[in-house]
Amino acid sequence: MSSHITDTSKVATSNSSAAVAKKPSKVGAAAGWADERLGLAAMGKKNLRKVFPDHWSFMLGEIALWSFVVLLLTGVFLTLWFRPSMSEIAYNGSYDQLRGIMMSEAMASTLDISFDVRGGLLMRQMHHWAAMLFIASMMIHLLRVFFTGAHRKPRELNWVIGCLLLLLGTLEGFTGYSLPDDLLSGTGVRAADGFIKAIPVVGTYVSFFLFGGEFPGEAIIPRLYTIHVLLIPGLLLALIAAHMLLLVYHKHTQWAGPGRTEDNVVGYPMLPVYAAKAGGFFFIVFGVTAIMGATMSINAVWKFGPYDPTKVTAGSQPDWYMGWPDGALRIMPGIESHIGPYTIAWNIFLPIIVLPGLLFTVLLLLPFLEAWITGDKREHHLLQRPRNAPTRTATMVALMTLYGLFWAAGGNDIIAILFNSSINDITYFLRAAVFIGPVIAFVITRRICIALQRHDNEMLLHGYETGVIMRSADGAYSEKHLPVAPEKAYAWTVRDRGHVTSIEGPSTDGATAEDANGVPAPKGRLAGVREKVRALYYADDVQKPTAEELAEAHHHAEHEHALQAALDGHAADGHQFDDHGGSVSENPLRGGEH
Amino acid sequence: MRLLNRSAASISRHRRRRGAGLVLLLMGLLLSGGLYAAFSPSSTADDARTQAEMVENGRRLFLTGCASCHGQNAEGLTTINGQMIGPSLVGVGAAAVDFQVGTGRMPMAFPGVQAPEKPEVYNEEEVADLAAYVASLAPGPAIPSEEDYSTEGMSEEEKEAAIVRGGQIFLTNCTACHNFTGAGGAMPHGGYAPSLLETDPKHIYEAMLTGPQSMDVFSNGNIPPEAKKDVIAYIESMREQPGYGGFGLGGLGPVSEGAFAWIAGIGTMVGFAVWIAAHTTRSQKKKGHAA
Amino acid sequence: MTDVHPKINARTDALLPDPGIAEHAWRPTDVDAKAERRAERQVAGLFGLSAICTVLFVVAYVTLEPGPDGDIFLGLGASNLALGLTLGGALLFIGIGIIQWARKLMADHEIVEMRHPAASSEEDREATLAALNAGLEESGIGRRPLIRNSLLGSVALLGAPAVVLLRDLGPLPSEVVGDYQGAGLEHTVWTKGMRVVRDVVGTPIRPSEVEIGDLFNAEPEAIFPTEENGLPELHGAELQVAKSKAAIVMLRIPVDELVPGEGRENWHVDGIVAYSKICTHVGCPISLNERTTHHLLCPCHQSTFDLADSGRVVFGPAGRHLPQLPLAVDEDGYLIAQSDFTEPVGPSYWERDHDDIGEQGEADLS
Repeated sequence: MSSHITDTSKVATSNSSAAVAKKPSKVGAAAGWADERLGLAAMGKKNLRKVFPDHWSFMLGEIALWSFVVLLLTGVFLTLWFRPSMSEIAYNGSYDQLRGIMMSEAMASTLDISFDVRGGLLMRQMHHWAAMLFIASMMIHLLRVFFTGAHRKPRELNWVIGCLLLLLGTLEGFTGYSLPDDLLSGTGVRAADGFIKAIPVVGTYVSFFLFGGEFPGEAIIPRLYTIHVLLIPGLLLALIAAHMLLLVYHKHTQWAGPGRTEDNVVGYPMLPVYAAKAGGFFFIVFGVTAIMGATMSINAVWKFGPYDPTKVTAGSQPDWYMGWPDGALRIMPGIESHIGPYTIAWNIFLPIIVLPGLLFTVLLLLPFLEAWITGDKREHHLLQRPRNAPTRTATMVALMTLYGLFWAAGGNDIIAILFNSSINDITYFLRAAVFIGPVIAFVITRRICIALQRHDNEMLLHGYETGVIMRSADGAYSEKHLPVAPEKAYAWTVRDRGHVTSIEGPSTDGATAEDANGVPAPKGRLAGVREKVRALYYADDVQKPTAEELAEAHHHAEHEHALQAALDGHAADGHQFDDHGGSVSENPLRGGEH
Repeated sequence: MRLLNRSAASISRHRRRRGAGLVLLLMGLLLSGGLYAAFSPSSTADDARTQAEMVENGRRLFLTGCASCHGQNAEGLTTINGQMIGPSLVGVGAAAVDFQVGTGRMPMAFPGVQAPEKPEVYNEEEVADLAAYVASLAPGPAIPSEEDYSTEGMSEEEKEAAIVRGGQIFLTNCTACHNFTGAGGAMPHGGYAPSLLETDPKHIYEAMLTGPQSMDVFSNGNIPPEAKKDVIAYIESMREQPGYGGFGLGGLGPVSEGAFAWIAGIGTMVGFAVWIAAHTTRSQKKKGHAA
Repeated sequence: MTDVHPKINARTDALLPDPGIAEHAWRPTDVDAKAERRAERQVAGLFGLSAICTVLFVVAYVTLEPGPDGDIFLGLGASNLALGLTLGGALLFIGIGIIQWARKLMADHEIVEMRHPAASSEEDREATLAALNAGLEESGIGRRPLIRNSLLGSVALLGAPAVVLLRDLGPLPSEVVGDYQGAGLEHTVWTKGMRVVRDVVGTPIRPSEVEIGDLFNAEPEAIFPTEENGLPELHGAELQVAKSKAAIVMLRIPVDELVPGEGRENWHVDGIVAYSKICTHVGCPISLNERTTHHLLCPCHQSTFDLADSGRVVFGPAGRHLPQLPLAVDEDGYLIAQSDFTEPVGPSYWERDHDDIGEQGEADLS
């Protein structure tokens, strides 16, 4: 503990000496002016040099943030020309193939943006690409957070906010997809009308209220427009602000490593390095989106033509983030109940209303479920390697598998064309696979994690394989192992021990570990269930070696090295590896500490 | 006869084309059908082969190349338990033969749900002979003439109007299977609607007329010949259309767009993130005052 | 620095000693003045490239025309391509420049900040709790349940205006009936004797024009009002609503292959049958017909219907057969409808079975 605190002071002083401004001239004057009115100095003192750890996976959320900014900018541009109206007009723009065709003003203005406003098509395509990237990056950010255990206390609420952002982002995407009123978006809205009508009791009424009467009516696009440009962006902005404030308050998690503990955060200061990297990344995200908009055609509305309720095209699919419920809808058997005078369309209601709601709730509750199972009430700021939480990792991989299978179902027609197979067979296969696949994925992932844990222990105890084969005096061959570098060994071994609990009650580590974890004494039937789930959760989890095992192994290794050293004069190979302190000498610190 | 009248009208509109008389006559013969017509001699001097020779040659080709599935007299073959080996070709017309053999779909390489397009087995002359033979069995749709599907000779305004009309007919009748760009789509039990992006206009016309494989027929009573021409004009205009927004990504719609968003978009962004967070090279040297 | 809060868990089981943060290693740009200048030039160069791209963007904006009448480059829209690439370049070069600046030239000492537990200190908690209690006590909200409950009740009731105000978003399903031709979920614009016409062109159809294997995408004549047929013009939403329910597919099936449902024996004209084009699943128009099997496939979710067998579902998520339109021929020899559909078309909804609108239902298909 003391060692890294001295490190801190050392680093901090050298750093501050580098950062002291030589002349507090204009910057100082401006800061003074602002502080006298806003009192910003107190906040600035705390936050300007706030530390952010540096790792590529910590920047995935930033992709989402910057995509959102791109969406705001390009979206505002589009609103300057887009007319959210369903009044029918004859198209009279510059696209010949649709000249004179009756279409809604929304569609006509989308064509105008695409063909008659310079840069309009670019902005439209950037907006659409950015929307796809926004949701995709939120999802990979979510996966990173979950796989590394960053959702644990105290960050559960930020997980909830993140999930809400994902949900709102998806809804925002769907409303945007529906606005141009081309054949694809109209088909999507029509399907949405079918979804709504399938809701028991209130569905028909909700549909009539939403559409201002019968589908398609003249109200839906103006209404979706308001939701798309005002309501949801407002909520997104507020939630993103809350998400970021909590991030600042909690400080970022970090990977375990030398000098990195649960009590500190090691990294670069906000000003200048982190600000530069984050700011630079904004330009990069914006730039990549622009290049995508320049070169990759997306939603070519002119090819679809205006929406006409009597027309349809093959490949009528939603954008990718709505693909999985659409896939569930495709593989659901056609079950409908007729109860008295009423109809319940399970074939629509279950896959498109119940299933997404259910899975979203599961996602939302994951941190709380995990905390309930483990009984862990401590704060966690060091990330876990996915292998060190096999059940958690396997749970998410199972969910991903489920998502992926539904996703595949959503593109079953495209898969059928690309792989020359039958949609019917693909559908039958997926009907079974969505139940079996996640289970298989869970089991396999869990076993892989446990195997990797064993591998880590093996490395800690016996070192890594050098590939050098040694021959002993009596002719036996063995491979030479060298110890793992101390930084690595330290990073691997700071993880928790003592999760092993028995069904009977207290953990095998004894009552003290239980107290440290803050687990209350189990009571009642629910507690019994919890004990059982917990036992399953930790079943086969490989613990890191004990200090004794480690000492024993090192002793053994040194003995072997001594034996081998004695043979050095005779061995024809392996000379270059003979200095078993080789890895130590690579690291001056270890030498310094001893 | 409707087709004949239509052709005559269209030819009178476009007098420029040479050999129109031949086509007109040929179509008349084929349409009225029957052996009688087939055996009547061709009146044009520049056609070296008579109709009878074509039919006879076609019959020979048929017996060696097609009869094993379609029967000695093109009556179709079924197995004992009623499974069809090859359908009857009586009455399918020359257009069907020209489409199936001319696109290489027939003869089939091996039995399957659907005959895929492949390099043609027969040359143009042989295809014409086969068509003549099958047409001689019973009346059926004739091979369309170039006037039927070509927009050449139309004024700019006519062509533009044809494209607009054709687009609406295309979106109503064709896109459900062939997709909005004509890139094709999936059908039940492993069937598929093929891509129209490279298909010859004549073959598009013939496909509408004859309904090959499991495709519906769009007879002249369904989509009138002028409208068929409009559809072809639209398809051709879409092929010539530049990628206003960039590369088309296969023209398969949101699925391919989603794949590109993940692979190209997220892939690039994560690549940049890895670079941003990567450690820079370090020097062995120490800074003057720090050393 | 040392205020390690007991609630943040200090790991007790430190297996190995913490090696501590590695000593700072300098970059070539820190120790080599030449490398530093080179990096400086590199970053400035990147910013310069960005400026060039921005200038090119403006040039492209002014010189290149977008759209079908505009410039084409290598088969791509030149305006979109040039604007996007120059904008992308301008942004990327700034981004890459800033990152290079940060990576190579900005001080890159890792610094350490101590964490604090998310929870407030015990004193703060107590003080807040005391303040809260004092406030509640002074308000008397606990002692005056009458005031408290009546306030809660009245505030809760305020939800009512929020809901009630939304009532006029749309009419009730029953209210639209009669507003326009074919209004309401149970009806379409089809009426007895209305001609079947080709979609897009609107021309009537004779049975002789329908060949075996033909698939007609057809509409009721009401969608194409002309002076001749004297039908009232449909506008805007009414037209869209009419189209969204009335579209049909029509085809001729050899009579011996046809399996008409009970009571539907005379709904075809010599094998010509017509079905709603609106999928009974979620309402996509559906016209992917397999000529050889008479199977109609929906492109949205792959529901498949057998048109020779009363539109029975043979595959996919649809729960109901396709509604069939009874056909006949009028005195001029054109195909007409015998009546409206005898059941609601399109997706299922809660009250679908509620109104008895005809004899046809699921029962006669089994």
